[in-house]
Amino acid sequence: MSLPIYAGWGERLWYYTFRVICGLIFLFLITPIIIVIPLSFNVEPYFSFTSGMLSLDPDAFSLRWYKDIFTNGMANPDATTGWWADSWNNAQWLRSMRNSFFIGICATIISTSIGTLAAVGLSRSEMPYKNQIMALLISPMIVPLVITAAGAFKAFSMLGLAYTYTGLILAHAVLGTPFVIITVTATLVGFDQSLVRAAQSMGATPFRTFFKVQMPLILPGVISGALFAFITSFDEVVVVIQLAAAEQRTIPRQMFSGIREQISPTILAVATILVMISIALLATLEMIRRRSERLRGLSPS
Amino acid sequence: MSQTADKQPVLAADGTPLKQALDAALFRNRMRAFMLVLPLLLFLFVTFIIPIGIFLSFGIHDPVFSKFMPKTSAVLSDWDTTSEPTEDMYAALVADMVVARKDKTIGRAATRVNRELSGTRSLFTSSARKAAKLEAPFKESLVAVKKQWADPEVWKAMKVASRSWTLGYYANALDYKQVADGSFEPQPENRQIHVPLLVKTLWISLQVTLYCLILGYPIAYLMSNLPARTSNLLMILVLLPFWTSILVRTTAWIAMLQSQGVLNDLFVLFGVTDDDNRYSMIYNKLGTLIAMTHILLPFMVLPLYSVMRGIPPSYVRAAKSMGATNWTAFSRIYAPQTIPGIGAGAILVFIVAIGYYITPALVGGQDGQMISNVIAFHMKSSLNWSLAAALGGVLLVVVMTLYWIYDRVVGIDNMKLG
Repeated sequence: MSLPIYAGWGERLWYYTFRVICGLIFLFLITPIIIVIPLSFNVEPYFSFTSGMLSLDPDAFSLRWYKDIFTNGMANPDATTGWWADSWNNAQWLRSMRNSFFIGICATIISTSIGTLAAVGLSRSEMPYKNQIMALLISPMIVPLVITAAGAFKAFSMLGLAYTYTGLILAHAVLGTPFVIITVTATLVGFDQSLVRAAQSMGATPFRTFFKVQMPLILPGVISGALFAFITSFDEVVVVIQLAAAEQRTIPRQMFSGIREQISPTILAVATILVMISIALLATLEMIRRRSERLRGLSPS
Repeated sequence: MSQTADKQPVLAADGTPLKQALDAALFRNRMRAFMLVLPLLLFLFVTFIIPIGIFLSFGIHDPVFSKFMPKTSAVLSDWDTTSEPTEDMYAALVADMVVARKDKTIGRAATRVNRELSGTRSLFTSSARKAAKLEAPFKESLVAVKKQWADPEVWKAMKVASRSWTLGYYANALDYKQVADGSFEPQPENRQIHVPLLVKTLWISLQVTLYCLILGYPIAYLMSNLPARTSNLLMILVLLPFWTSILVRTTAWIAMLQSQGVLNDLFVLFGVTDDDNRYSMIYNKLGTLIAMTHILLPFMVLPLYSVMRGIPPSYVRAAKSMGATNWTAFSRIYAPQTIPGIGAGAILVFIVAIGYYITPALVGGQDGQMISNVIAFHMKSSLNWSLAAALGGVLLVVVMTLYWIYDRVVGIDNMKLG
């Protein structure tokens, strides 16, 4: 979309105005995420830049909020022995981080495995009531989380699963499955079904066909679906508010009460770490995308 | 073909008619495909659909009063709501109150009636304390304890509460009220809160959708017209917020918008406002709108971008070659082709916005609250699960209608992520 040489001044003016407008929109998108990073090094307990920070005074910056992540809630933060064990077991943020990863990984395993299986079934042309079933399977993404959380709470209370890890993992696994279905069916659209028939004609069992022929080809979709499922669980807070006891608090839950009750820049330090995690996930996804484009013989873009 | 061949069915290798064998094979294939989906379907039923059904059932089923006040409920069902309450009814009420006081369930029954007629909770609890000592005739003795017991309105409220299967909560969610004879009448003007709330939720969602479209359209257009390498770099600026936690983004907006925040500091620095008159941009509706637009913008950009990428540039060039101005070429040729993307993005943003909870709860203040927040309030604070379920039912109907439209317009299998 470069400017043609015959463009008049009006066109030139619009061309540059449009780019400036787009630049401002991108600024709107990215500024809030970037801004938390310098603010998290603030030495003062405020959410705003101090004059010392603006003049780049080294004394205005500190790592105290990062240290707070490790020490807040510890039994004895000044102890010389057993500091790490104490921090690992008692620091609130570390505990919630462990919970988040544990719940997220377990939920991802469940939703990715049964979601992939279902996506393979859904992409077969023989599948009966395909659209209706697809609509049903995607609905956890659409139904407002408050309703999902309320339902899970009421039903899981009856089964004794409220306030347990199992309950949280199951509820999060449900929320992750639509993403797995969407990404895996998208990869299966270009899948050549005759490969499956070829494998079967040469005597491969369905099991072997799936793992040796189909799985390697749809793996990029499965991995990105798994990443989506993981981030869904990792970022989810409404169900956690309803379903988790203090013991199962996750990072978003801890942040939620942090923002409501005692707002401290520790939240910004945690936010910075989370931004780093999402950058890592995004980079992984991009690598997978490029790899699969290369494998399909497209020139990487 | 000969006459005999028409009558004789074609046989498969094992001697069964071919049509039948083929049907059986197709059926087996269908079953095989279905078996792959079955685990997820079962999982979804057990952990998602049945739980939501259980939750929604609270909206039409509330057995609290009839469970804890069984005798009263029985006599109330025969009462015609217009005649004077009889001695039998008073006797049943006193008998129930004695038992309920002993079982410590009187509070729950009283709360139920209080929802129909406020101020009756203390009437129940205080009378129940004296109920054991009351003697016949119960009508006189109970009225002597509290003269409100002679008021037919209290009895009408109990009659409404005694129905365990009720549409009363749905009526309440739509600002109607079920009265004792079972009919519905509008709530008094000053108590009509739920319909305005729903309208406000829809209005906020609509505004967010519109802002997302206004902001999303130009950048999707720019990215789809740039070389792939540049547009992929710009895409990172869209995807990074998409992948970042909603809590992080909400926190970031608090840091940006609060009165001592980054934006207000900039305004003061540039003299837009002075230090004493900082703008309040958060903990109100404006804060909800800004933060939600930021959070939902990627949901608009991604479908728009994927549609715009597929529009051949030659159409616009052809229009221009035939003398169309830039604006005509855009509005008559390009823009109509982006309508599928606008539809997909707008419905998606609207659906997600309507059920939004976290952002309004954190930055919405008083006037930025949406229907999900009120549902959560009734579940956690007022403990009125039945009203929460009725409001949830209304919300679910709205969302499911939009979902159906989305399926019609866009098709669920066209949903793409990233």
